[in-house]
Amino acid sequence: MFKRFVSCICVLLMVVGMTACAAPAATEAPKATEAPQATEAPKATEAPKATEAPKATEAPTEAAAATEVPTAQFQHTAGRLILATTTSTYDSGLLDYLLPMFEEEYGVKVDVVSVGSGEAMKIGERGDADVLLVHSRKAEDAFMEAGNGTRREDVMYNDFVIIGPADDPAGIKGMTAVDAFKKLAETQTEFLSRGDKSGTHTKELSIWASAEITPTGDWYVSAGLGMGDLLTMAQEKQAYTLSDRATYLTRVKSGLDLVVLVEGDKALLNPYGVITVNPEKNSGIQADMATKFLEWIISVPVQQKISEFGMEEYGQSLFIPDSTAWKAAQGQ
Amino acid sequence: MLKGLLDSIVLIFTGDSALTNIILVSLRVTGISLLISTLIGIPLGIFLGLKRFIGKRLVIALLYTGMGFPPVVVGLFVYLMLSRAGPLGQLGWSFIPHLYTTGAMVVAQIIISFPLVAGFTMSAVLSLDSQLRLQLHALGATPRQALWTMLVEARVGVLISIIAGFGSIISEVGAVMMVGGNIENATRTLTTAIVLETRKGDFSMAMALGIILLTISFIVNVAMLRLQGKALDQ
Repeated sequence: MFKRFVSCICVLLMVVGMTACAAPAATEAPKATEAPQATEAPKATEAPKATEAPKATEAPTEAAAATEVPTAQFQHTAGRLILATTTSTYDSGLLDYLLPMFEEEYGVKVDVVSVGSGEAMKIGERGDADVLLVHSRKAEDAFMEAGNGTRREDVMYNDFVIIGPADDPAGIKGMTAVDAFKKLAETQTEFLSRGDKSGTHTKELSIWASAEITPTGDWYVSAGLGMGDLLTMAQEKQAYTLSDRATYLTRVKSGLDLVVLVEGDKALLNPYGVITVNPEKNSGIQADMATKFLEWIISVPVQQKISEFGMEEYGQSLFIPDSTAWKAAQGQ
Repeated sequence: MLKGLLDSIVLIFTGDSALTNIILVSLRVTGISLLISTLIGIPLGIFLGLKRFIGKRLVIALLYTGMGFPPVVVGLFVYLMLSRAGPLGQLGWSFIPHLYTTGAMVVAQIIISFPLVAGFTMSAVLSLDSQLRLQLHALGATPRQALWTMLVEARVGVLISIIAGFGSIISEVGAVMMVGGNIENATRTLTTAIVLETRKGDFSMAMALGIILLTISFIVNVAMLRLQGKALDQ
Protein backbone atom coordinates (compact mmCIF):
# COMPACT_ATOMS: atom_id res chain seq x y z
CA MET A 1 0.00 0.00 0.00
CA PHE A 2 2.70 2.41 1.06
CA LYS A 3 4.66 1.57 -2.05
CA ARG A 4 1.72 2.41 -4.29
CA PHE A 5 1.28 5.68 -2.52
CA VAL A 6 4.92 6.53 -3.05
CA SER A 7 4.79 5.63 -6.72
CA CYS A 8 1.65 7.73 -7.14
CA ILE A 9 3.48 10.69 -5.67
CA CYS A 10 6.40 10.01 -7.98
CA VAL A 11 4.17 9.96 -11.04
CA LEU A 12 2.53 13.20 -9.95
CA LEU A 13 5.88 14.86 -9.45
CA MET A 14 7.02 13.66 -12.83
CA VAL A 15 3.94 15.03 -14.57
CA VAL A 16 4.45 18.36 -12.87
CA GLY A 17 8.11 18.25 -13.82
CA MET A 18 7.30 17.41 -17.41
CA THR A 19 4.80 20.19 -17.83
CA ALA A 20 7.20 22.58 -16.17
CA CYS A 21 10.01 21.54 -18.48
CA ALA A 22 7.89 21.33 -21.59
CA ALA A 23 6.22 24.69 -21.07
CA PRO A 24 9.15 26.95 -22.00
CA ALA A 25 9.73 25.08 -25.22
CA ALA A 26 6.07 25.13 -26.12
CA THR A 27 5.48 28.79 -25.39
CA GLU A 28 8.62 30.12 -26.96
CA ALA A 29 7.43 29.93 -30.54
CA PRO A 30 4.10 31.71 -30.17
CA LYS A 31 5.74 34.40 -28.06
CA ALA A 32 8.16 35.08 -30.83
CA THR A 33 5.37 35.56 -33.32
CA GLU A 34 2.87 37.44 -31.24
CA ALA A 35 5.05 39.88 -29.37
CA PRO A 36 8.01 40.53 -31.61
CA GLN A 37 9.21 43.41 -29.47
CA ALA A 38 9.65 41.13 -26.50
CA THR A 39 13.13 40.15 -27.52
CA GLU A 40 14.19 43.62 -28.45
CA ALA A 41 12.95 45.71 -25.58
CA PRO A 42 14.83 44.75 -22.47
CA LYS A 43 14.87 48.29 -21.18
CA ALA A 44 11.16 48.77 -21.50
CA THR A 45 10.27 45.64 -19.57
CA GLU A 46 12.52 46.72 -16.76
CA ALA A 47 10.18 49.56 -15.97
CA PRO A 48 8.31 48.55 -12.83
CA LYS A 49 5.10 50.30 -13.75
CA ALA A 50 4.90 48.62 -17.12
CA THR A 51 5.07 45.18 -15.62
CA GLU A 52 2.85 45.80 -12.65
CA ALA A 53 -0.59 45.73 -14.17
CA PRO A 54 -0.38 45.63 -17.92
CA LYS A 55 -3.74 43.95 -18.46
CA ALA A 56 -5.79 46.22 -16.26
CA THR A 57 -4.75 49.39 -18.06
CA GLU A 58 -4.63 47.94 -21.52
CA ALA A 59 -8.27 47.06 -22.04
CA PRO A 60 -10.25 50.27 -21.58
CA THR A 61 -7.86 53.05 -22.58
CA GLU A 62 -5.97 51.43 -25.37
CA ALA A 63 -8.44 49.13 -27.01
CA ALA A 64 -6.89 49.80 -30.39
CA ALA A 65 -3.45 48.85 -29.17
CA ALA A 66 -4.78 45.77 -27.41
CA THR A 67 -6.18 44.30 -30.60
CA GLU A 68 -2.86 44.91 -32.29
CA VAL A 69 0.26 43.02 -31.36
CA PRO A 70 0.43 43.13 -27.56
CA THR A 71 2.24 46.24 -26.48
CA ALA A 72 2.52 45.65 -22.79
CA GLN A 73 6.15 46.67 -22.89
CA PHE A 74 5.28 50.01 -24.39
CA GLN A 75 2.77 51.23 -21.86
CA HIS A 76 2.48 54.95 -22.12
CA THR A 77 2.48 56.31 -18.60
CA ALA A 78 2.73 59.82 -17.31
CA GLY A 79 6.22 60.61 -16.08
CA ARG A 80 7.78 58.19 -18.56
CA LEU A 81 8.97 58.99 -22.02
CA ILE A 82 9.52 56.16 -24.50
CA LEU A 83 12.45 56.78 -26.81
CA ALA A 84 12.90 54.38 -29.69
CA THR A 85 16.42 54.59 -31.01
CA THR A 86 19.08 52.76 -32.92
CA THR A 87 21.43 50.29 -31.32
CA SER A 88 24.42 52.53 -32.11
CA THR A 89 23.38 55.42 -29.85
CA TYR A 90 22.63 53.04 -27.04
CA ASP A 91 25.56 50.63 -27.41
CA SER A 92 28.08 53.46 -27.65
CA GLY A 93 26.96 54.72 -24.24
CA LEU A 94 25.85 58.13 -25.52
CA LEU A 95 22.36 57.80 -24.10
CA ASP A 96 23.58 56.66 -20.73
CA TYR A 97 25.68 59.80 -20.74
CA LEU A 98 23.00 62.24 -21.90
CA LEU A 99 19.69 60.97 -20.57
CA PRO A 100 20.28 61.35 -16.81
CA MET A 101 20.63 65.10 -17.41
CA PHE A 102 17.26 65.23 -19.16
CA GLU A 103 15.62 63.04 -16.55
CA GLU A 104 16.85 65.27 -13.76
CA GLU A 105 15.89 68.50 -15.45
CA TYR A 106 12.34 67.47 -16.35
CA GLY A 107 11.61 64.89 -13.65
CA VAL A 108 10.76 62.23 -16.18
CA LYS A 109 12.05 58.72 -16.70
CA VAL A 110 13.14 57.90 -20.24
CA ASP A 111 12.60 54.30 -21.32
CA VAL A 112 14.95 53.45 -24.16
CA VAL A 113 13.92 50.89 -26.74
CA SER A 114 17.12 50.18 -28.61
CA VAL A 115 16.50 48.50 -31.96
CA GLY A 116 17.46 48.92 -35.63
CA SER A 117 16.41 52.18 -37.34
CA GLY A 118 13.86 50.23 -39.36
CA GLU A 119 12.15 48.80 -36.33
CA ALA A 120 12.44 52.05 -34.39
CA MET A 121 10.46 53.81 -37.08
CA LYS A 122 7.94 51.00 -37.22
CA ILE A 123 7.44 51.38 -33.48
CA GLY A 124 6.89 55.11 -34.03
CA GLU A 125 4.46 54.42 -36.84
CA ARG A 126 2.38 52.28 -34.51
CA GLY A 127 2.44 54.98 -31.86
CA ASP A 128 4.26 52.77 -29.40
CA ALA A 129 6.98 55.35 -28.74
CA ASP A 130 6.86 59.08 -27.99
CA VAL A 131 10.04 60.19 -29.67
CA LEU A 132 12.58 58.68 -32.08
CA LEU A 133 16.31 59.18 -32.45
CA VAL A 134 17.27 57.48 -35.70
CA HIS A 135 19.67 57.64 -38.61
CA SER A 136 18.18 56.73 -41.93
CA ARG A 137 17.51 59.99 -43.70
CA LYS A 138 15.38 58.71 -46.57
CA ALA A 139 13.22 56.60 -44.28
CA GLU A 140 12.91 59.56 -41.90
CA ASP A 141 11.64 61.79 -44.70
CA ALA A 142 9.15 59.12 -45.75
CA PHE A 143 8.06 58.83 -42.12
CA MET A 144 7.37 62.56 -41.93
CA GLU A 145 5.60 62.62 -45.29
CA ALA A 146 3.25 59.87 -44.13
CA GLY A 147 2.23 62.08 -41.21
CA ASN A 148 3.67 59.77 -38.60
CA GLY A 149 5.75 62.50 -36.99
CA THR A 150 5.07 66.09 -36.06
CA ARG A 151 8.58 67.54 -36.12
CA ARG A 152 12.01 66.44 -37.29
CA GLU A 153 15.35 68.06 -36.45
CA ASP A 154 18.97 67.26 -37.24
CA VAL A 155 20.83 66.28 -34.08
CA MET A 156 24.32 65.12 -34.90
CA TYR A 157 26.27 62.87 -37.17
CA ASN A 158 28.85 60.25 -36.75
CA ASP A 159 30.75 58.51 -39.47
CA PHE A 160 31.21 55.03 -40.78
CA VAL A 161 34.52 53.34 -41.35
CA ILE A 162 35.44 50.39 -43.52
CA ILE A 163 37.44 48.00 -41.40
CA GLY A 164 39.34 44.84 -42.15
CA PRO A 165 42.38 42.75 -41.23
CA ALA A 166 45.55 44.75 -40.55
CA ASP A 167 47.42 43.14 -43.49
CA ASP A 168 44.62 44.31 -45.83
CA PRO A 169 44.63 41.39 -48.30
CA ALA A 170 42.31 43.20 -50.72
CA GLY A 171 44.49 46.34 -50.68
CA ILE A 172 41.79 48.96 -50.11
CA LYS A 173 43.61 51.16 -47.62
CA GLY A 174 43.11 54.87 -48.22
CA MET A 175 40.68 54.46 -51.11
CA THR A 176 37.28 56.18 -51.31
CA ALA A 177 34.38 54.13 -50.03
CA VAL A 178 33.04 53.41 -53.50
CA ASP A 179 36.43 52.36 -54.89
CA ALA A 180 37.06 50.18 -51.87
CA PHE A 181 33.76 48.39 -52.36
CA LYS A 182 34.55 47.93 -56.07
CA LYS A 183 37.90 46.42 -55.16
CA LEU A 184 36.34 44.06 -52.62
CA ALA A 185 33.83 42.84 -55.18
CA GLU A 186 36.52 42.46 -57.83
CA THR A 187 38.82 40.41 -55.57
CA GLN A 188 35.86 38.52 -54.07
CA THR A 189 37.17 39.22 -50.57
CA GLU A 190 34.91 38.17 -47.75
CA PHE A 191 32.68 41.08 -46.72
CA LEU A 192 30.13 40.93 -43.90
CA SER A 193 26.87 42.78 -44.23
CA ARG A 194 24.44 43.61 -41.43
CA GLY A 195 21.61 42.55 -43.71
CA ASP A 196 19.03 43.85 -41.24
CA LYS A 197 17.79 47.09 -42.87
CA SER A 198 19.48 49.07 -40.11
CA GLY A 199 20.94 52.52 -40.74
CA THR A 200 24.35 50.93 -41.22
CA HIS A 201 22.96 48.41 -43.70
CA THR A 202 21.13 51.15 -45.57
CA LYS A 203 24.39 53.09 -45.80
CA GLU A 204 26.23 50.02 -47.05
CA LEU A 205 23.60 49.41 -49.72
CA SER A 206 23.80 53.03 -50.87
CA ILE A 207 27.56 52.64 -51.35
CA TRP A 208 27.05 49.44 -53.35
CA ALA A 209 24.50 51.34 -55.42
CA SER A 210 26.99 54.15 -56.07
CA ALA A 211 29.54 51.54 -57.10
CA GLU A 212 26.92 50.04 -59.44
CA ILE A 213 27.46 46.58 -58.00
CA THR A 214 24.89 44.11 -56.80
CA PRO A 215 26.91 42.09 -54.29
CA THR A 216 26.22 38.38 -54.59
CA GLY A 217 28.30 35.27 -54.09
CA ASP A 218 29.99 33.37 -51.30
CA TRP A 219 32.24 36.33 -50.45
CA TYR A 220 29.26 38.52 -49.55
CA VAL A 221 27.92 37.33 -46.20
CA SER A 222 24.54 38.76 -45.23
CA ALA A 223 24.54 38.03 -41.54
CA GLY A 224 21.44 39.67 -40.12
CA LEU A 225 23.17 40.66 -36.88
CA GLY A 226 23.56 43.78 -34.79
CA MET A 227 26.77 45.82 -35.12
CA GLY A 228 28.45 44.34 -32.05
CA ASP A 229 27.74 40.75 -33.11
CA LEU A 230 28.85 41.51 -36.64
CA LEU A 231 32.19 42.88 -35.43
CA THR A 232 32.68 39.72 -33.40
CA MET A 233 32.04 37.72 -36.55
CA ALA A 234 34.38 39.89 -38.62
CA GLN A 235 37.10 39.37 -36.04
CA GLU A 236 36.54 35.63 -36.08
CA LYS A 237 36.53 35.39 -39.86
CA GLN A 238 39.13 38.14 -40.40
CA ALA A 239 36.76 39.68 -42.90
CA TYR A 240 35.94 43.21 -44.05
CA THR A 241 32.89 45.11 -42.93
CA LEU A 242 31.34 48.55 -42.57
CA SER A 243 30.91 49.83 -39.02
CA ASP A 244 29.98 53.05 -37.31
CA ARG A 245 33.02 54.56 -35.64
CA ALA A 246 31.57 54.60 -32.13
CA THR A 247 30.81 50.90 -31.97
CA TYR A 248 34.11 50.09 -33.63
CA LEU A 249 36.16 52.12 -31.12
CA THR A 250 34.30 50.62 -28.20
CA ARG A 251 35.16 47.16 -29.48
CA VAL A 252 38.81 47.99 -30.13
CA LYS A 253 39.07 48.70 -26.42
CA SER A 254 37.91 45.18 -25.70
CA GLY A 255 40.40 43.51 -28.02
CA LEU A 256 39.16 43.81 -31.60
CA ASP A 257 42.25 43.68 -33.85
CA LEU A 258 40.69 44.80 -37.13
CA VAL A 259 41.86 48.21 -38.35
CA VAL A 260 40.26 51.19 -40.07
CA LEU A 261 41.13 51.09 -43.77
CA VAL A 262 38.80 53.68 -45.24
CA GLU A 263 37.54 56.78 -43.40
CA GLY A 264 36.71 60.44 -43.80
CA ASP A 265 34.91 59.98 -47.12
CA LYS A 266 31.82 62.16 -47.43
CA ALA A 267 29.84 59.10 -48.46
CA LEU A 268 30.49 57.66 -45.02
CA LEU A 269 28.81 60.38 -42.96
CA ASN A 270 25.82 59.31 -40.93
CA PRO A 271 23.34 61.98 -39.83
CA TYR A 272 20.98 61.40 -36.89
CA GLY A 273 17.56 62.97 -36.60
CA VAL A 274 15.11 63.35 -33.74
CA ILE A 275 11.42 62.96 -34.49
CA THR A 276 8.39 63.53 -32.26
CA VAL A 277 5.70 60.97 -32.99
CA ASN A 278 2.29 62.23 -34.08
CA PRO A 279 0.11 62.14 -30.93
CA GLU A 280 -2.89 61.09 -33.03
CA LYS A 281 -1.24 57.69 -33.34
CA ASN A 282 -2.03 56.67 -29.82
CA SER A 283 -3.93 58.35 -27.01
CA GLY A 284 -1.11 57.70 -24.55
CA ILE A 285 1.60 59.58 -26.41
CA GLN A 286 3.36 62.18 -24.27
CA ALA A 287 3.46 64.87 -26.92
CA ASP A 288 4.50 67.73 -24.60
CA MET A 289 7.34 65.80 -23.07
CA ALA A 290 8.42 64.55 -26.50
CA THR A 291 8.65 68.13 -27.76
CA LYS A 292 10.62 69.11 -24.67
CA PHE A 293 13.01 66.27 -25.38
CA LEU A 294 13.41 67.33 -29.01
CA GLU A 295 14.14 70.92 -28.04
CA TRP A 296 16.43 69.81 -25.27
CA ILE A 297 18.62 67.58 -27.44
CA ILE A 298 19.10 70.21 -30.15
CA SER A 299 19.86 72.99 -27.63
CA VAL A 300 23.39 74.38 -27.60
CA PRO A 301 24.46 73.15 -24.12
CA VAL A 302 23.38 69.58 -24.88
CA GLN A 303 25.02 69.74 -28.30
CA GLN A 304 28.19 70.81 -26.52
CA LYS A 305 27.86 67.76 -24.28
CA ILE A 306 27.48 65.55 -27.35
CA SER A 307 30.68 66.92 -28.83
CA GLU A 308 32.50 66.14 -25.60
CA PHE A 309 31.30 62.55 -25.49
CA GLY A 310 34.12 60.08 -26.08
CA MET A 311 36.89 62.70 -25.92
CA GLU A 312 38.19 61.45 -22.63
CA GLU A 313 38.12 57.78 -23.47
CA TYR A 314 39.08 57.70 -27.15
CA GLY A 315 40.66 61.10 -27.68
CA GLN A 316 38.10 61.89 -30.37
CA SER A 317 34.43 62.86 -30.55
CA LEU A 318 32.21 59.94 -31.40
CA PHE A 319 29.33 62.15 -32.49
CA ILE A 320 29.61 65.57 -34.12
CA PRO A 321 26.79 67.97 -33.10
CA ASP A 322 24.81 69.20 -36.07
CA SER A 323 21.62 70.97 -34.93
CA THR A 324 20.59 74.30 -36.42
CA ALA A 325 21.01 76.04 -33.08
CA TRP A 326 24.50 74.60 -32.65
CA LYS A 327 25.58 75.61 -36.14
CA ALA A 328 24.28 79.13 -35.56
CA ALA A 329 26.16 79.32 -32.27
CA GLN A 330 29.33 78.21 -34.02
CA GLY A 331 28.79 80.86 -36.68
CA GLN A 332 28.58 78.33 -39.48
CA MET B 1 -2.41 41.60 -37.08
CA LEU B 2 -5.04 40.32 -39.53
CA LYS B 3 -3.09 41.82 -42.39
CA GLY B 4 -0.01 40.04 -41.07
CA LEU B 5 -1.87 36.76 -41.17
CA LEU B 6 -3.03 37.34 -44.73
CA ASP B 7 0.42 38.41 -45.88
CA SER B 8 1.92 35.38 -44.27
CA ILE B 9 -0.42 33.02 -46.09
CA VAL B 10 0.44 34.68 -49.39
CA LEU B 11 4.15 34.42 -48.58
CA ILE B 12 3.89 30.76 -47.68
CA PHE B 13 2.16 29.85 -50.92
CA THR B 14 4.28 31.96 -53.24
CA GLY B 15 7.27 30.34 -51.54
CA ASP B 16 10.35 32.31 -52.52
CA SER B 17 13.73 30.63 -52.49
CA ALA B 18 15.07 32.48 -49.43
CA LEU B 19 12.15 31.22 -47.40
CA THR B 20 12.59 27.66 -48.67
CA ASN B 21 16.23 27.85 -47.71
CA ILE B 22 15.44 29.04 -44.20
CA ILE B 23 12.98 26.18 -43.71
CA LEU B 24 15.47 23.63 -45.07
CA VAL B 25 18.26 24.85 -42.78
CA SER B 26 15.89 24.68 -39.80
CA LEU B 27 14.78 21.17 -40.65
CA ARG B 28 18.27 19.93 -41.36
CA VAL B 29 19.78 21.30 -38.15
CA THR B 30 16.81 20.08 -36.09
CA GLY B 31 16.83 16.65 -37.70
CA ILE B 32 20.54 15.98 -37.28
CA SER B 33 20.63 17.37 -33.73
CA LEU B 34 17.57 15.40 -32.67
CA LEU B 35 18.93 12.18 -34.18
CA ILE B 36 22.25 12.50 -32.37
CA SER B 37 20.77 13.62 -29.06
CA THR B 38 18.32 10.70 -29.25
CA LEU B 39 21.19 8.31 -29.88
CA ILE B 40 23.00 9.69 -26.84
CA GLY B 41 20.01 10.45 -24.64
CA ILE B 42 17.93 7.26 -24.81
CA PRO B 43 20.74 4.82 -23.92
CA LEU B 44 21.90 7.19 -21.18
CA GLY B 45 18.34 7.46 -19.83
CA ILE B 46 17.89 3.68 -19.81
CA PHE B 47 21.25 3.19 -18.15
CA LEU B 48 20.44 5.70 -15.43
CA GLY B 49 17.00 4.19 -14.97
CA LEU B 50 18.19 0.63 -14.53
CA LYS B 51 21.71 0.55 -13.12
CA ARG B 52 22.85 1.43 -9.66
CA PHE B 53 26.31 2.92 -9.25
CA ILE B 54 28.20 5.25 -6.99
CA GLY B 55 27.55 8.91 -7.78
CA LYS B 56 24.28 8.21 -9.57
CA ARG B 57 22.47 10.90 -7.63
CA LEU B 58 25.08 13.42 -8.72
CA VAL B 59 24.75 12.38 -12.37
CA ILE B 60 20.98 12.69 -12.15
CA ALA B 61 21.24 16.07 -10.49
CA LEU B 62 23.55 17.19 -13.29
CA LEU B 63 21.14 15.85 -15.87
CA TYR B 64 18.21 17.72 -14.35
CA THR B 65 20.33 20.87 -14.31
CA GLY B 66 21.05 20.26 -17.98
CA MET B 67 17.30 20.01 -18.66
CA GLY B 68 16.82 23.53 -17.46
CA PHE B 69 20.07 24.96 -18.73
CA PRO B 70 19.73 28.34 -20.45
CA PRO B 71 20.43 27.78 -24.16
CA VAL B 72 22.31 31.07 -24.47
CA VAL B 73 24.84 29.84 -21.94
CA VAL B 74 25.31 26.69 -24.02
CA GLY B 75 25.69 28.95 -27.04
CA LEU B 76 28.32 31.01 -25.29
CA PHE B 77 30.19 27.89 -24.20
CA VAL B 78 30.18 26.40 -27.71
CA TYR B 79 31.15 29.77 -29.12
CA LEU B 80 34.19 30.09 -26.86
CA MET B 81 35.20 26.49 -27.54
CA LEU B 82 35.00 26.74 -31.33
CA SER B 83 36.30 30.29 -31.70
CA ARG B 84 39.60 30.68 -33.53
CA ALA B 85 41.17 31.62 -30.20
CA GLY B 86 39.27 28.92 -28.28
CA PRO B 87 40.67 25.57 -27.11
CA LEU B 88 39.02 23.47 -29.81
CA GLY B 89 39.22 26.07 -32.56
CA GLN B 90 42.98 26.36 -32.10
CA LEU B 91 43.51 22.66 -32.77
CA GLY B 92 42.25 23.14 -36.31
CA TRP B 93 41.10 19.53 -36.59
CA SER B 94 38.94 19.02 -39.63
CA PHE B 95 36.11 17.22 -37.83
CA ILE B 96 35.61 20.12 -35.43
CA PRO B 97 33.01 22.41 -36.98
CA HIS B 98 33.87 26.06 -37.56
CA LEU B 99 31.89 28.86 -36.01
CA TYR B 100 29.12 30.28 -38.18
CA THR B 101 28.35 26.94 -39.81
CA THR B 102 25.43 24.57 -39.37
CA GLY B 103 27.89 22.14 -37.76
CA ALA B 104 28.45 24.53 -34.85
CA MET B 105 24.69 24.96 -34.51
CA VAL B 106 24.20 21.19 -34.36
CA VAL B 107 26.81 20.91 -31.59
CA ALA B 108 25.00 23.52 -29.50
CA GLN B 109 21.59 21.99 -30.14
CA ILE B 110 22.77 18.54 -29.09
CA ILE B 111 24.09 19.89 -25.80
CA ILE B 112 20.80 21.68 -25.22
CA SER B 113 18.50 18.77 -26.08
CA PHE B 114 20.16 15.53 -24.98
CA PRO B 115 19.58 16.10 -21.23
CA LEU B 116 15.87 16.44 -21.98
CA VAL B 117 15.82 13.18 -23.94
CA ALA B 118 17.86 11.35 -21.32
CA GLY B 119 15.88 12.78 -18.39
CA PHE B 120 12.46 11.89 -19.75
CA THR B 121 13.64 8.44 -20.87
CA MET B 122 14.99 7.81 -17.40
CA SER B 123 11.67 8.82 -15.85
CA ALA B 124 9.83 6.50 -18.21
CA VAL B 125 12.08 3.56 -17.38
CA LEU B 126 11.85 4.28 -13.65
CA SER B 127 8.08 4.35 -13.80
CA LEU B 128 7.93 0.77 -15.09
CA ASP B 129 6.74 -1.82 -12.60
CA SER B 130 9.75 -2.96 -10.67
CA GLN B 131 8.43 -6.52 -10.86
CA LEU B 132 8.78 -6.48 -14.65
CA ARG B 133 12.48 -6.90 -14.58
CA LEU B 134 12.32 -9.79 -12.15
CA GLN B 135 9.63 -11.44 -14.24
CA LEU B 136 11.64 -11.06 -17.41
CA HIS B 137 14.59 -12.52 -15.64
CA ALA B 138 12.52 -15.38 -14.29
CA LEU B 139 11.14 -16.10 -17.75
CA GLY B 140 14.70 -16.56 -18.94
CA ALA B 141 15.00 -13.48 -21.16
CA THR B 142 18.51 -12.61 -22.26
CA PRO B 143 19.66 -9.11 -21.14
CA ARG B 144 19.12 -7.82 -24.64
CA GLN B 145 15.58 -9.23 -24.82
CA ALA B 146 14.83 -7.84 -21.38
CA LEU B 147 16.11 -4.42 -22.39
CA TRP B 148 14.05 -4.41 -25.55
CA THR B 149 10.89 -5.46 -23.72
CA MET B 150 11.35 -2.71 -21.19
CA LEU B 151 11.95 -0.13 -23.90
CA VAL B 152 8.72 -1.23 -25.58
CA GLU B 153 6.88 -1.00 -22.27
CA ALA B 154 8.20 2.50 -21.70
CA ARG B 155 7.67 3.66 -25.29
CA VAL B 156 5.17 6.43 -24.45
CA GLY B 157 7.65 8.05 -22.11
CA VAL B 158 10.49 7.58 -24.58
CA LEU B 159 8.48 9.22 -27.35
CA ILE B 160 7.65 12.10 -25.05
CA SER B 161 11.35 12.48 -24.42
CA ILE B 162 11.97 12.77 -28.15
CA ILE B 163 9.12 15.26 -28.52
CA ALA B 164 10.55 17.36 -25.70
CA GLY B 165 13.96 17.28 -27.39
CA PHE B 166 12.43 18.28 -30.69
CA GLY B 167 10.52 21.15 -29.08
CA SER B 168 13.61 22.54 -27.43
CA ILE B 169 15.64 22.36 -30.63
CA ILE B 170 13.17 23.83 -33.11
CA SER B 171 12.24 26.74 -30.85
CA GLU B 172 15.79 27.64 -29.83
CA VAL B 173 17.04 31.04 -30.94
CA GLY B 174 19.73 32.46 -28.64
CA ALA B 175 22.38 29.79 -29.08
CA VAL B 176 21.92 29.32 -32.83
CA MET B 177 22.11 33.06 -33.32
CA MET B 178 25.38 33.13 -31.41
CA VAL B 179 27.20 30.19 -32.97
CA GLY B 180 25.44 30.19 -36.35
CA GLY B 181 25.53 33.92 -36.96
CA ASN B 182 22.19 34.10 -38.80
CA ILE B 183 23.88 34.14 -42.23
CA GLU B 184 21.53 34.34 -45.17
CA ASN B 185 21.32 31.12 -47.20
CA ALA B 186 23.69 29.39 -44.78
CA THR B 187 22.83 29.46 -41.10
CA ARG B 188 19.58 31.41 -40.96
CA THR B 189 16.83 29.38 -39.31
CA LEU B 190 13.16 30.12 -38.78
CA THR B 191 13.74 31.43 -35.26
CA THR B 192 16.69 33.67 -36.09
CA ALA B 193 14.87 34.91 -39.19
CA ILE B 194 11.93 35.91 -36.97
CA VAL B 195 14.28 37.94 -34.78
CA LEU B 196 15.80 39.59 -37.85
CA GLU B 197 12.49 40.42 -39.54
CA THR B 198 11.23 41.89 -36.29
CA ARG B 199 14.36 43.99 -36.03
CA LYS B 200 13.77 45.19 -39.58
CA GLY B 201 10.23 46.12 -38.65
CA ASP B 202 8.78 43.64 -41.15
CA PHE B 203 6.19 42.20 -38.80
CA SER B 204 4.16 40.42 -41.45
CA MET B 205 7.17 38.42 -42.60
CA ALA B 206 8.04 37.65 -38.97
CA MET B 207 4.46 36.52 -38.48
CA ALA B 208 4.59 34.32 -41.58
CA LEU B 209 7.75 32.66 -40.33
CA GLY B 210 6.15 32.16 -36.93
CA ILE B 211 3.15 30.48 -38.50
CA ILE B 212 5.40 28.21 -40.54
CA LEU B 213 7.35 27.31 -37.40
CA LEU B 214 4.16 26.46 -35.53
CA THR B 215 2.86 24.44 -38.45
CA ILE B 216 6.04 22.39 -38.72
CA SER B 217 6.02 21.81 -34.97
CA PHE B 218 2.38 20.77 -35.12
CA ILE B 219 2.87 18.34 -38.01
CA VAL B 220 5.85 16.70 -36.35
CA ASN B 221 4.00 16.33 -33.06
CA VAL B 222 0.93 14.87 -34.76
CA ALA B 223 3.17 12.39 -36.57
CA MET B 224 4.83 11.36 -33.33
CA LEU B 225 1.46 11.04 -31.57
CA ARG B 226 0.29 8.72 -34.33
CA LEU B 227 3.38 6.63 -33.75
CA GLN B 228 2.43 6.13 -30.14
CA GLY B 229 -1.29 6.22 -30.81
CA LYS B 230 -2.09 2.68 -29.72
CA ALA B 231 -0.13 2.96 -26.52
CA LEU B 232 -2.05 6.09 -25.56
CA ASP B 233 -5.42 4.49 -26.21
CA GLN B 234 -4.77 1.63 -23.86
